[in-house]
Amino acid sequence: MAAQKGPSLIQRYEGLPIIIVFVLLLALFMYIAPQVFMQPFIYTTFLSTLPPLLLLAVGLTFVIGAGEIDLSFPAIISFSGFVFAYLFKEHDLGWIAVVAGLASGIVIGFVNGVIIAKVGIPSFIATLGTQFFWFGMATVLSGGQSYALRGVDQSSVWQVIVGRPFAGSETMWVSQLPMQAFWTLLIVILLWAILTRHRFGEHVLFIGDSNQVSRVVGIDVDREKIKIFTLMGALAAIAAIMLTLENKNFFGNQGQGYLLTAIASVLIGGTSIFGGRATIVGTAFGAIIILMIEPALVAAGLTGAWVRTVQGLVFLIAIVFYLFMDEPQRRGAFFTRMGLRRNFGGGGR
Amino acid sequence: MSETAAMRADAHGDFESIIRLEGVQKFFGPIQALKDIDLKIGRNEIVGLIGDNGAGKSTLIKVMTGVMPPSAGRIFIRNREIQLADYSVRMAHDLSIETVYQDKSLAEKQPLWRNFFVGRQITNRLGFIDIKREKEIAEQILKGAIGFRSAGITVDSTVSNLSGGERQGIAIGRAMHYNADLIILDEPTVALAVAEVRKVLDFVRRIKESGHACIYIEHNLAHVHEVADRLVVLDRGQIVAEIRPRDMTVIELTEFLIDLQHKT
Repeated sequence: MAAQKGPSLIQRYEGLPIIIVFVLLLALFMYIAPQVFMQPFIYTTFLSTLPPLLLLAVGLTFVIGAGEIDLSFPAIISFSGFVFAYLFKEHDLGWIAVVAGLASGIVIGFVNGVIIAKVGIPSFIATLGTQFFWFGMATVLSGGQSYALRGVDQSSVWQVIVGRPFAGSETMWVSQLPMQAFWTLLIVILLWAILTRHRFGEHVLFIGDSNQVSRVVGIDVDREKIKIFTLMGALAAIAAIMLTLENKNFFGNQGQGYLLTAIASVLIGGTSIFGGRATIVGTAFGAIIILMIEPALVAAGLTGAWVRTVQGLVFLIAIVFYLFMDEPQRRGAFFTRMGLRRNFGGGGR
Repeated sequence: MSETAAMRADAHGDFESIIRLEGVQKFFGPIQALKDIDLKIGRNEIVGLIGDNGAGKSTLIKVMTGVMPPSAGRIFIRNREIQLADYSVRMAHDLSIETVYQDKSLAEKQPLWRNFFVGRQITNRLGFIDIKREKEIAEQILKGAIGFRSAGITVDSTVSNLSGGERQGIAIGRAMHYNADLIILDEPTVALAVAEVRKVLDFVRRIKESGHACIYIEHNLAHVHEVADRLVVLDRGQIVAEIRPRDMTVIELTEFLIDLQHKT
């Protein structure tokens, strides 16, 4: 039982297992589909499709790290996307539409936080409810129709948020580099710094560890939870605006595909499903892996229908892997349940 | 907060008791949990609080540390009366009163250095933590106040890797580092192995050596008898006896408490 008491390898290098998996997968994909993965275009495409997923996944890293869950973000993408698209197209409000879209996400997130922290409803149920509500609101207000934003690429909003700053370049792939990748990188680095070295990030992890301990050491648990859900709402709104601008179109279902992929990115990355441990670096690589699966499968000759199946499988494998790496007492309990070991007191503490 | 500051300034002033309760009552609906409690804790004294389950020990602690207000009575900290309406856990912290709970003092998955500073982080103006400084100070507390020289425990160790006694040591060491004038220990030896209990009792002695006071709640009479200067016996919400450990052996003390139970 003289277990090593220093930090484990995983704790020392943030996201190490997932980075190794990423490198191995990338090498595998390059080997089986060189025509796709040895060309720069797949990567510039990633730079425009990854940002919304990454922003959502990074927000969820805070939420799951605090031992909570948010299921309402696909609805925020619909609702905030609608607010933005409606004001932008019907009222020609430009940047004000951007601010309004962002504000709507912040308000929805704040309301989630209040319902969870102050009213005391478990986040799974609360956000399941608000997910239906805001998705319904978006459908009612938009009348179920989509908004095509024709000519939007002439506006400064489009240029700044999702523009192609090097469009004039002679190298094809350089000319396709998108602005949203830059903004997302900036936000992700900032949030990484906040999670690992800001007071707020520390509170998030302590709350995920134990609400009771957090209260005893003087953390205002309710207030911090409200902040976490508000942050999630803001990030979902930014993702919504980027998506709407990138597609030059708003449609009510635009957030629906992100529920599985965003949660999977976080958990594949190594954030604990029980809270208390969270890694933004892991989440970033998790999101890239989730996104790489689709072109890899298609290049390997499988139909798009396989994508969800494989993503779900990778998700489950990752959860089981981390459970065994990081939760020795649960691992012990598992072996006992399987009848492989009689007492699990020796399973570590 | 200025009131608190003034009270802190008195910390080195002239006072004989760190905390004093006068006529404290606590009702939960029709049930009286605390009855006419008069209690004084000296500034450098270890007071053992003993009594059967339901005697009111934890209620008394909660009232003293601002977790819940008393129904009636007065509380003085360093001879100054507390406005009971304002009293809170945070205010108790500001007044240098720290409580170490059995299991609720440390976050399992977090490294020790974060556990030392959480709630009082050393940050810059934007709220970013000075990790290097926090780790340095945590290292000093670990080596100095707590006296951990055992191989393998560093400031980066997570709490889940520590034994029960080591955890209590960390929690008590943290309270000592913040110069708590009064440390309240809520059954720190429950569920510990014998060697671990030794360590915890040593930590309790260190509190006294460093010139501070301690209230020590304990089920195990032998443990509390060994370290306390004075034992306060609670029974059905009332203080029924004060005993000097040197006047009574552990066996006599046990007999005394059993007799108490049979008397109604």
